[in-house]
Amino acid sequence: MPVISYIDAVTMAIREEMERDSQVFVLGEDVGKKGGVFKATHGLYDQFGEHRVIDTPLAESAIAGVGVGAAMYGMRPIAEMQFADFIMPAINQIISEAAKVRYRSNNDWSCPMVIRAPYGGGVHGALYHSQSVEAIFANQPGLKIVMPSTPYDVKGLLKAAIRDDDPVLFFEHKRAYRLIKGEVPADDYVLPIGKADVKRQGEDITVITYGLCVHFALQAAEKLASDGISAHVLDLRTVYPLDKEAIVEAASKTGKVLLITEDTKEGSIIGEVAAIIAENCLFDLDAPIMRLAGPDIPAMPYAPTMEKYFMVNPDKVEKAMRELAEY
Amino acid sequence: MTIEQMKMPQLGESVTEGTISSWLVKPGDVVNKYDSIAEVMTDKVNAEVPSSFSGTIKELKAEEGETLAVGEVICVIETETGSSTTIENEDLRGDEPEQAIEDAYNASEGNSMKSRYSPAVLKLSQENGIDLTTIQGTGREGRITRKDLLKQIEMKDLPQETAQPKVKTEEQTQPKPKVEQTSPIGTAPVHKGDIEVPVSGVRKAIAANMLRSKQEVPHAWTMVEVDATNLVNYRDSLKGEFKQKEGYNLTYFAFFVKAIAQSLKEFPEVNSMWAGDKIIQKKDINISIAVATDKALYVPVIKHADEKTIKGIAREITELADKVRTGKIKSDEMQGGTFTVNNTGSFGSIQSMGIINYPQAAILQVESIVKRPVIVNDMIAVRSMVNLCLSLDHRVLDGLVCGKFLARVKEIIEDMSKENTPIY
Amino acid sequence: MVKNRHEDLGLSNEKVIEIYKTMLMARRIDERMWLLNRSGKIPFVISCQGQEAAQVGAAFALDNTKDYVLPYYRDVGVVLTFGMTAKDLMLSGFAKAEDPNSAGRQMPGHFGQRSNRIVTGSSPVTTQVPHAVGIALAGKMNQEDLVAFVTFGEGSSNQGDFHEGANFAGVHKLPVIFMCENNKYAISVPIEKQLACENVSDRAIGYGMPGVTVDGNDPLAVYQAVKEAADRGRRGEGPTLVETISYRLTPHSSDDDDRSYRAPSEVAEAKTQDPIITFGAYLKETGVMDDALEKELNDQVMAIVNEATDYAESAPYADAESALQYVYAEK
Repeated sequence: MPVISYIDAVTMAIREEMERDSQVFVLGEDVGKKGGVFKATHGLYDQFGEHRVIDTPLAESAIAGVGVGAAMYGMRPIAEMQFADFIMPAINQIISEAAKVRYRSNNDWSCPMVIRAPYGGGVHGALYHSQSVEAIFANQPGLKIVMPSTPYDVKGLLKAAIRDDDPVLFFEHKRAYRLIKGEVPADDYVLPIGKADVKRQGEDITVITYGLCVHFALQAAEKLASDGISAHVLDLRTVYPLDKEAIVEAASKTGKVLLITEDTKEGSIIGEVAAIIAENCLFDLDAPIMRLAGPDIPAMPYAPTMEKYFMVNPDKVEKAMRELAEY
Repeated sequence: MTIEQMKMPQLGESVTEGTISSWLVKPGDVVNKYDSIAEVMTDKVNAEVPSSFSGTIKELKAEEGETLAVGEVICVIETETGSSTTIENEDLRGDEPEQAIEDAYNASEGNSMKSRYSPAVLKLSQENGIDLTTIQGTGREGRITRKDLLKQIEMKDLPQETAQPKVKTEEQTQPKPKVEQTSPIGTAPVHKGDIEVPVSGVRKAIAANMLRSKQEVPHAWTMVEVDATNLVNYRDSLKGEFKQKEGYNLTYFAFFVKAIAQSLKEFPEVNSMWAGDKIIQKKDINISIAVATDKALYVPVIKHADEKTIKGIAREITELADKVRTGKIKSDEMQGGTFTVNNTGSFGSIQSMGIINYPQAAILQVESIVKRPVIVNDMIAVRSMVNLCLSLDHRVLDGLVCGKFLARVKEIIEDMSKENTPIY
Repeated sequence: MVKNRHEDLGLSNEKVIEIYKTMLMARRIDERMWLLNRSGKIPFVISCQGQEAAQVGAAFALDNTKDYVLPYYRDVGVVLTFGMTAKDLMLSGFAKAEDPNSAGRQMPGHFGQRSNRIVTGSSPVTTQVPHAVGIALAGKMNQEDLVAFVTFGEGSSNQGDFHEGANFAGVHKLPVIFMCENNKYAISVPIEKQLACENVSDRAIGYGMPGVTVDGNDPLAVYQAVKEAADRGRRGEGPTLVETISYRLTPHSSDDDDRSYRAPSEVAEAKTQDPIITFGAYLKETGVMDDALEKELNDQVMAIVNEATDYAESAPYADAESALQYVYAEK
């Protein structure tokens, strides 16, 4: 099985879907000739032409809104927001429109579109090139939010998102783009949206997280294993709507739960995960639910000292896991 | 002919009322559907209200200038035919969902949650040394709640009869009256110079038990007057020697307890408890005696009082009272009482209404022995008289049996003498 | 006798009667909605009154078998022309299950009916503009001969979505007709506090498209402008901005009292230009309609409106629990 990078899995999924279905097309800033600022759409312009890989005017609300219109017509648009931080002007189109088209028309219309955006820090991106924005959209029924951690999941989930009949926000961790490599089958496959995935089986503590933090948890779990601590790692993969069943199962398995997000803590995805556990697992818990997240400051600062301070990293994860194991 | 009602429309999203600024019709006028009948003014708009019916105006229900809530009838219209096309807007408040929730809640009965202990319950049980297997949970499916434990702990603090497990179970099957722990907080005004005394745990427990008894038990009250002259003479003849010999006092109270225990044996109905769908007559006669300290009231128990001599009872009264006053009383010494005797006479009372020591069926107050002129054989004589006051749970007991019971106590006491009342 | 202008536009007498009848239908439905609101039977009305000529004239210039319309909340005339019925609109007013727009989920005025290519809309204004561009883009990618027609008020023309959508369509030369129904008021704020330029159509040049302003009380003038725009779009020449000038004859909505911000005399003056009256007069002056036909048309329309009202009023609501349906696709 070929080993490819996270970003190559993005490109591969889009290419395969565009080859499979002529209604699939890409629109966004710099996605055409340049192939995207991160090169996520590299080669697609040459292969499919400017009419299916559209360089749009620099206007996020139009990118989203034109996508909504095309999707209501029956196309399968993949809109790219250059950075998740720049999705804000498009929020009205995403929340008031895309999320509600099916519901408000009583199933008469639908909006099968994907909005891709690179998110996350650790790349010297400062306040406006580092944010995690998923929590903003994570109480909007009608939307789905996918945040994969591995190249294998990227390909399977992005293809599923493109084929999904409802709007999907697909957030890709930009630090993972070239850092994370993994085996990805060359053939066609899709993974279910809305299903979490156990990335490591363990008995002593449970870590529930998503995105780049999954790798931090796996690394820490490896170290802890040599000390006889066995960690169970659940990758949420879809952060809205959450896979409640998998969360309850993973939390109940060890009774000690660490929730990790790179986002700022209050109001983040893991707060909802904690609520699900609190509602369902009272009699299985062996320790208070523990959270590891970014500090509650507006965004990640530029200076390397402060960036490092903000970011979740393998050391912080290991420390938290050890603390929980010893509880 | 059908009578139809025109109601105040909601004119504006947030509007709750409207004012009739002028009527455009009067009784007797014939109107067509959609003809304007009134001008209405609200916070948001001024508008003409059209009729929803064709017919004759029968009655205007409001004066000009009058403000009515949305949905109130503004006028009555008599129509030619039935209102076949008119449907009242459905009442959208429908209470079905609530009902469904309630049903779902009530659906699960059983004990599957009995041994699932929440962290809060475990913590309390450990801190207070409570064996959770002995607690009956009141939560869904038998779960022991934090409140169940708190209640248990409170009972322990108050050295007073806690109902035996059997009785307790019964209690829980009957609909429980809502019993407030104490009276509503913050109702009594505090003025300058007033002292606010914090309510201690024991005080709270006393308050809760008193309140519960008073709210749940229908109290009835009765009193008999007893001539204790013989008893006084008899006891006075013994007390010096007794004290010297035994080292503690031979009190009147011991004689009364003995007499009561003996009467209870003969009237077991009085030695009983209310248990919802039945009354439990207790085999053992265990007399709770009220012992007061400066701040609280304790009720230790003289077990099997009917089997004990007056001396034995006197000794136990002394020991229990000492233990209460020195704080050494143990909780098992305050459990299992079946009837309470309260020595109210010790502080000079001659008449009082006791509150029943829940869940017992009655409490007897032994008042002060006082010398009074009474008629004996049509002559005035000075006699030592004592009142015995009985509060009874009227669910369990009636006047007749209590009257007989008290008459028997009276008889025993009045007959007390060296000849028929052995001390040992 | 005045000049017969409709023949010059290729419109038969039957066609202009149809236009008139549709305008009348829009007006009578709207008037009925107000009566129902004032008698407490429906919670909300938002009106088309005064804009029927612009709406119906424009919609008649489109092909209602293949074009897409993205109406804004006043466009009763547009949706009637594209196949929605009086009964459908009444069902929406009463929020009943059979309402094709949303089955009682949305307030009245939030049109949508896929079978007639009336695209579903929301309440935040102007969001429909980029959607029209997306539909035109999709049509172009699929080599479909379609035009996307989108309307909005002059207040909405200040929104970013108008600018972003118009610019996108201009850049990509997409067959979109942007029609601003300028009724002089954005709720209470008059046009001079909305625009620094004289006409909304002045803005077209910034997006590389033609912009025209026409009399919104004249359905034939609007028909002509929209017809030309549609033809341009079909020829691949890109979008057009059409501005129709009319006057909002009612308060903004049933919740608004317009006496607080405009003089009754101003409204009375505007009513002399009411398109139902002026276009009726034109039809009579050109001999297309006589008093008898006018009465007959009015009776026909009222019969339909009465029937629609009774039907919708007695129709059932959707089950309360149907609120849980269609958040996502249901297999």
